[in-house]
Amino acid sequence: MAISFDQALGVHEQALQARVKRAEVLANNLANADTPGYKARDVDFQAMMQQAHEKVSGLQMSRTDDAHMDTSAGGSDSELLYRTPHQPSVDGNTVDAQQEQSRFMRNAMDYQASFQFLSSKFSGLTKALKGE
Amino acid sequence: MSLGSIFDIAGSGMTAQSLRLNTTASNIANAETASSSTETTYRARKPVFAAIQQSMLNPDQQGLSLMSEQGQGAGVRVEGIVESQADLQMRYEPEHPAANEDGYVFYPNVNVVEEMADMMSSSRSYQMNVDIMNTAKSMMQRILTLGQQ
Repeated sequence: MAISFDQALGVHEQALQARVKRAEVLANNLANADTPGYKARDVDFQAMMQQAHEKVSGLQMSRTDDAHMDTSAGGSDSELLYRTPHQPSVDGNTVDAQQEQSRFMRNAMDYQASFQFLSSKFSGLTKALKGE
Repeated sequence: MSLGSIFDIAGSGMTAQSLRLNTTASNIANAETASSSTETTYRARKPVFAAIQQSMLNPDQQGLSLMSEQGQGAGVRVEGIVESQADLQMRYEPEHPAANEDGYVFYPNVNVVEEMADMMSSSRSYQMNVDIMNTAKSMMQRILTLGQQ
């Protein structure tokens, strides 16, 4: 019986990657908080995780004809979506700095949670190998 | 895609905001610089910001398996600094050493109140970018402890 890292780590590895990606997008929003005409963006985290889950489980639908309906998780071509502004500013910028910052912090916390899961997986594997 | 690029993004934001703070300082410092002609009078300077697109930096970059890099931003850049075209202030001060033959002196088109508001805004944005950098740093430090007991 061999240990497969892909199976042992589960979806947490993908979750961590997705969190990093989202942190990058939100950081970019905040860096452009004063750029005229900049539109705030975000990723659809749920769609990303669904895609990752399909990949891990291997239960992907395949399209054998172009006329078939695309059943993959929404926005597979461009995961970056635009935010709907609550209060658009005069210069066309849709970044709400406070909201973006709170999302960034929340994302960092969720990242820590995913990290904790991944770390526990590793310590579990170490324990199994040592036979403790 | 990595945590490292957050440093670049926040860094570009900090550079842009400190440049904005610099032009504001220059504007306020020169707010009362009188001159005898419209050509030599100081005009308020404003930086122009624009978003950097990732695809512009690495056009042949291959997207990772989980997500594509298409249309992703990579920070902010300063396209240039423009001089304000607002009207200069013309004041009648015949005793001023720089007064022209009609007794008029030209003062810069700097609105000090506006500049102060701009200063507050840019220092807040700078703080925000520093905050992001700190968070990204702690996220990266945690990655380095992966697998440690």
